[in-house]
Amino acid sequence: MLYFARWKIYTIIGVCLAGVLFTLPNFLGRDFANSLPGWLPHRQIHLGLDLSGGSYLLLEVDMAAVVKERLGNLQDAVRTQFRTADIGYVNLANDEHAVTFTLRDLKDRDEALRLLGTLSSTPLAGGQPELQIDIGSDGNGSISVTDAALHDKAARAVEQSIEIIRRRIDETGVNEPTIARQGEQRILVQLPGVDDPDRIKRLLGQTAKLTFRLLGPDTDAASGRAPPGFELLPNADVDRRGVPDSGPARYLVRKRIEVDGSNLVDARSGPSSQNADWVVNFEFDSVGARRFADVTRNNVNRPFAIVLDNKVISAPVIREPILGGRGQISGHFTAQSANDLAVLLRAGALPAPLTVIEERTVGPDLGADAIRAGIYSILVGFVLVVTYMALAYGLFGLMANVALVFNLILTLAVLSLLQATLTLPGLAGILLTLGMSVDANILINERIREETRKGKAPFSAMEAGFRRAFATIIDANLTTLIKMLLLFSLGSGPVKGFAVTISFGILASFFTATVVARLMMVSWLRWRRPTVLPV
Amino acid sequence: MYRLRLAPDNTSIPFMKGRFAGLITSAVLSIASIILFIYPGLNYGIDFVGGVVIEAKTPDAANFSALRGSLGQLGLGPVSLQQFGSPQEVLIRFERQPGGEKAQQVAVEKVRGALARDFAGTQVRRVEAVGASVSHELYVNGMLALSLAVVAMLLYIWFRFEWQFGFGAVVTLLLDVTKTVGFYAVTDIQFNLTSIAAILTIMGYSINDKVVVYDRVRENLRLYKKLPLRALIDRSINETLNRTLGTSMTVFLACLPLALFGGEALEEFAWVLLFGIVIGTSSSIFIAAPILLFLGEGRLRRGAARDVVETGEAKAGTPDAPAA
Repeated sequence: MLYFARWKIYTIIGVCLAGVLFTLPNFLGRDFANSLPGWLPHRQIHLGLDLSGGSYLLLEVDMAAVVKERLGNLQDAVRTQFRTADIGYVNLANDEHAVTFTLRDLKDRDEALRLLGTLSSTPLAGGQPELQIDIGSDGNGSISVTDAALHDKAARAVEQSIEIIRRRIDETGVNEPTIARQGEQRILVQLPGVDDPDRIKRLLGQTAKLTFRLLGPDTDAASGRAPPGFELLPNADVDRRGVPDSGPARYLVRKRIEVDGSNLVDARSGPSSQNADWVVNFEFDSVGARRFADVTRNNVNRPFAIVLDNKVISAPVIREPILGGRGQISGHFTAQSANDLAVLLRAGALPAPLTVIEERTVGPDLGADAIRAGIYSILVGFVLVVTYMALAYGLFGLMANVALVFNLILTLAVLSLLQATLTLPGLAGILLTLGMSVDANILINERIREETRKGKAPFSAMEAGFRRAFATIIDANLTTLIKMLLLFSLGSGPVKGFAVTISFGILASFFTATVVARLMMVSWLRWRRPTVLPV
Repeated sequence: MYRLRLAPDNTSIPFMKGRFAGLITSAVLSIASIILFIYPGLNYGIDFVGGVVIEAKTPDAANFSALRGSLGQLGLGPVSLQQFGSPQEVLIRFERQPGGEKAQQVAVEKVRGALARDFAGTQVRRVEAVGASVSHELYVNGMLALSLAVVAMLLYIWFRFEWQFGFGAVVTLLLDVTKTVGFYAVTDIQFNLTSIAAILTIMGYSINDKVVVYDRVRENLRLYKKLPLRALIDRSINETLNRTLGTSMTVFLACLPLALFGGEALEEFAWVLLFGIVIGTSSSIFIAAPILLFLGEGRLRRGAARDVVETGEAKAGTPDAPAA
């Protein structure tokens, strides 16, 4: 164990130098690091949000709402199908799990099953149907969404949502947001530098489903039930006491959607030409423009509703056909709310509502305080450990200290190379690595000391010390690595950072404590050829 | 040459004489910890029970009664206020709001609004809001990580040593962990995700320490065929005493600055680690070794029949490699 081939020596020195090279960019400013020539390493360790300041949001796609909407549509479709085919039914209802009904006459059962079979949307990838349709021999029927379809819907909803969230956040000018899928129906959003995520939460909290629909025959539908095919929707334009500023509290709106937000190509906020309010000007694509033209041409002098997330933002009367594909939404907006709505319309509607289920926001100066405290702690801890090693093991202790410096450097180098994220617990992890990695050197030095006391000559004492301590070092380090792997896979957020720094710290210490320190000790031994080892 | 030694060389302290005292003390402490864990229980942080924590910095020294008055009116249940660091810094904590996931966000907005309205110039420096499903998952995952860690350690030590070692190490580990949990209960330090990291680190450190002592026991078992197990274990502990104390010392020294000025979040973490280091070190000597003695007497495999001299100088074993 004491012989190093020449190439090995060069490799060891090379690795240490590379470590220094890869660590350096972290101590240069980010701009300076980026201005370095391309062949020089310029990657820096990312600071976690708890150190750099920023906001971490975990969003959940509300699948219950997706199912509810689907079942609502199914209920309407069943009604239409049965009516046109003249199938008698009673008790058509939906209870958030299934649409249920009862056939009046069992002889319609086969025909009903055939008709309902056409309601399934395209089959899933595995060829499974979207809907589970049953009609019992007692005439009781139920339609529910299958589990497979639910998973499929969730996966698609999450994917679409990520795209739309990205567009919405990009509009707010946040730098380098991270938007990623997490688990089956969650989305992780990290916003560096954002210390009040209220606006973003507001932007993400709306599905922004914009629809243009016709109003029911009786506009003043404040009381009473909506006839089939219609629904009562609240007026969005209410003041703080819940009293509408203009128009009725609720509108009777047709369920049929004439044109929706997916046909928009642009939306911009601007001041209103009539009063001090702000408006949103929008423009349809060619399909939307044609449909909008048709609808307005056929419904001149009738009111229609602009509905956003099931609230009527305005219900103007169509004065003349709108043929150019351009329109305007006015609804007592402020400059900010008009701009927000324009952002939402440009980015598109979310397929399902999102709920913030976890938020962690750290202000930038708190993060800076944490970094300062962490760095002081590391420096003081380092000085204490190094002093102890020097006092306890003399020259070999000093060599262990040099190895410890390289341990720190290599750990930082690997973290930079992988552009890993350094969190507050991660800083604690680095500190702890300091204490734990000298363990290997303590084991080795104690062993050499023991062998020396037994009367062994310097070379054989050192050889025995390294060889015997080696197995112990492996056992000790592996157990810690196993634990950190567990912590990494089961922990979340910042705690993962702890597992990461400790793991790399230990791997690095394995190299520095046993190889780098050994090279130094052996070189010294060959150079001085002492008769007694100074341990 | 001056050398700092935490214990003199060539000690022969009869540690195993204290085996009953060690085990009984440890058992009593652990049982007390379990009782404290059940009642009054731990101070669970929002990671595990959900809720809202807001750290605010007021322009002047925080007026607690005004804060309590203003925030108490929001209808968010009992508010807990805690000062830390400077007199301007306040930690505001609300329990998990009933009424689904959205309720936490509503609460955050209300508190931000109240602070901006009633205490102009107040800086909101940190906001954490965790709902029911996330806190439940974090708790389950945390506990899973701890249990898997124990099982992994059992398997690893069993694989590398013999079952008596694995059993001894894991029982010791459980005793260490229960005491650490007891420490949380006594000090009322918040039990959250970082605590799981702390406990896993203590487990790692403790096992590491056991491995070193066990390693020496195994080595000595091969060297000294006739030495009674009790003397052999004592001898192994004495031989590794300086290393055990030395490593504890370095880890302790590394953690100390963190505990003294590591900042609000890390100080508690560091104090738990310091406690764990003391527990982990003492349990190697007073718990793990006695258990091995009880289980291993007459059962542990000795080395192959080799001529071994009791004085300590091994003739058997691999010959030392010639100096290169």
